Amino acid sequence: MGKYEELKQQWEKSVEKAISKFPERREKFETTSGIEIKRLYTPEDIEGKDYAEDIGFPGVYPFTRGVQPTMYRGRFWTMRQYAGFGTAEETNKRYRYLLEQGQTGLSVAFDLPTQIGYDSDNELSMGEVGKVGVAIDTLADMEILFDGIDLGKVSTSMTINSPAAILLCMYAAVAEKQGVPMENLRGTIQNDILKEYFARGTYIFPPKESMKIVTDIFEFCKDKMPKWNTISISGYHIREAGSSAVQEVAFTLADGIAYVQAAIDAGLDVDSFAKRLSFFFNAHNNFIEEIAKFRAARRLWARIMKERFGAKDPRSCMLRFHTQTAGSTLTAQQPDNNIIRVTLQALAAVLGGTQSLHTNSRDEALSLPTEDSVRIALRTQQIIAYESGVADSIDPFAGSYMLEKLTDEIEERAMEYIKKIDEMGGMIKAIETGYVHQEISNSAYEYQRAVESKQQIVVGVNEFIIEEDEEHELLKIDEEVERFQIEKLKKVKAQRDSNQVSKKLKELETAAKENKNVIPYIYEAVKTYATLQEICDTLRGVFGEYKASSIL
Amino acid sequence: MAKKIRVLIAKPGLDGHDRGAKVVARALKDAGFEVIYTGIRQTPKQIAMTAIQEDVDAVGLSCLSGAHKKLFPEVVKHLKELGGDDIIVFGGGIIPKEDIPYLKKHGIKEIFLPGTDTKETIEFIKENVRKGD
Repeated sequence: MGKYEELKQQWEKSVEKAISKFPERREKFETTSGIEIKRLYTPEDIEGKDYAEDIGFPGVYPFTRGVQPTMYRGRFWTMRQYAGFGTAEETNKRYRYLLEQGQTGLSVAFDLPTQIGYDSDNELSMGEVGKVGVAIDTLADMEILFDGIDLGKVSTSMTINSPAAILLCMYAAVAEKQGVPMENLRGTIQNDILKEYFARGTYIFPPKESMKIVTDIFEFCKDKMPKWNTISISGYHIREAGSSAVQEVAFTLADGIAYVQAAIDAGLDVDSFAKRLSFFFNAHNNFIEEIAKFRAARRLWARIMKERFGAKDPRSCMLRFHTQTAGSTLTAQQPDNNIIRVTLQALAAVLGGTQSLHTNSRDEALSLPTEDSVRIALRTQQIIAYESGVADSIDPFAGSYMLEKLTDEIEERAMEYIKKIDEMGGMIKAIETGYVHQEISNSAYEYQRAVESKQQIVVGVNEFIIEEDEEHELLKIDEEVERFQIEKLKKVKAQRDSNQVSKKLKELETAAKENKNVIPYIYEAVKTYATLQEICDTLRGVFGEYKASSIL
Repeated sequence: MAKKIRVLIAKPGLDGHDRGAKVVARALKDAGFEVIYTGIRQTPKQIAMTAIQEDVDAVGLSCLSGAHKKLFPEVVKHLKELGGDDIIVFGGGIIPKEDIPYLKKHGIKEIFLPGTDTKETIEFIKENVRKGD
């Protein structure tokens, strides 16, 4: 018997003895995805692994260790705080503040009417104007939003899906006025419509028509805006809706497969657009599972692109991603504890090799964050970057028996889901039958039950509770915002050339009917100060509207 | 045997975050209530009409977008107009504590904040529905 076996047996015996006296905390330890966690991981867990095939080197296929050859030794991840509220005027001020504080990219939050294609004066917008983000009705608002910010220098991410093309065109139009050519613009539009149907809710058109617009954007940008990330395929909201880590990877990559397939079906060459696809993940609580999740997602996507879609350009196989810490883990109770949760989550994202990061603020279970809270959240990233040392070597936890094993297990389990979805006829089918909703909803309910039975402890919520005095300073959105925004919209409408507006909208309508690429027509329309809703209504008239089911 | 308590869980406004609404709906179902879930993006009027049509005893509203102060009272107003004064309305979501008195004044009987145990909501409904029966 070798030394290893001998020691192992010795340890196993001592475990037996220990357990007979002091049973372990649980019968079974599991991750959020139901992966059983072993008492100890050993070299046996990575036996037979082919380092070159499965792990490899950073910047080299299958990119398990990261997409760049030097990772954070060259440059830290982009620190990008998602922000937007009230009017364009107020949000512009917050952006300038964040840039002054050392933030390195912008990330625009739009209010719900903007995200769903309604103007601020629509009846359905009542109560929602400026609430979860900035209200944008016309190009005039966008001009104010980026006033004094050089769009040739900053990179901007916009969380916008169904009307992504319109906001992208408005952004390009503002840049044009600043004298910045379209091809120099850097940034991302979320443009990930599929997850809206089952996890986020801001859809407008039916899936097939929405996919056409997504593909139009890919086609338009590959020549006109080559530095722009045309989509951010998002697991974030899938996770927030209650999925496990494995489901987050599986459903996100399944969405990705659907987009790539749609673009190929529309006649695009995979290597002409795939390098501009980007991803967006959640950083949740289970620290090691999260690090493994990012690595597994990267490897699995690389394999899908190469093996399934025959991508030849290595950049087409790179899963580049933004991360946000998990809003749903923040507690309204003892909100300062959230700073610690965010720190752990952010650390997992960095150890997982994220390209950019948003850290949530401590008060987000109560309302939108105050300026103080946002600064602490940003400082959290800066402390990880500049003080912790974790960014000084690439993928520093690689080779950990547990991390490599978990990376494998997450990849395998995600692949099983993807196979199942393929058998159903693809992601759009799986969404339409309610399968995806149901899977997520089941996980969400299980989690709630675990919390209520105290199988899952949430500090300050079901354990370690204190009486709290209520005073927290919260950010308030002035109810006047709605009125102000409606007034502004009226003025813009009165000043624009309405004949030009009608003409450009008519041309857009014709293009949509004739199944042409609609983006150039949207660009022309936004420049006449046509409103977001006017453009959306034009498209609604041709494409129809999606009516959701209500799956529990 | 007494008729089962009927509850409508609804999402007023444009907010798409319905994890909480769905978890509560399922918990109420498991507790033996009849539960109808509207799905997202309902106007206050639509919710009131569904509540009347479905003859529910209580309506639970969920909003995470900050529009609760506008939308919750609107639901109550429409319920009254449609003769549903006896229907209990409660709510939950991302709601600052200081908004609760305002909401209660406008006919929302209880607000459940993040972290609430669903058993609390179940107890609340049992206690408040059909007090007169």
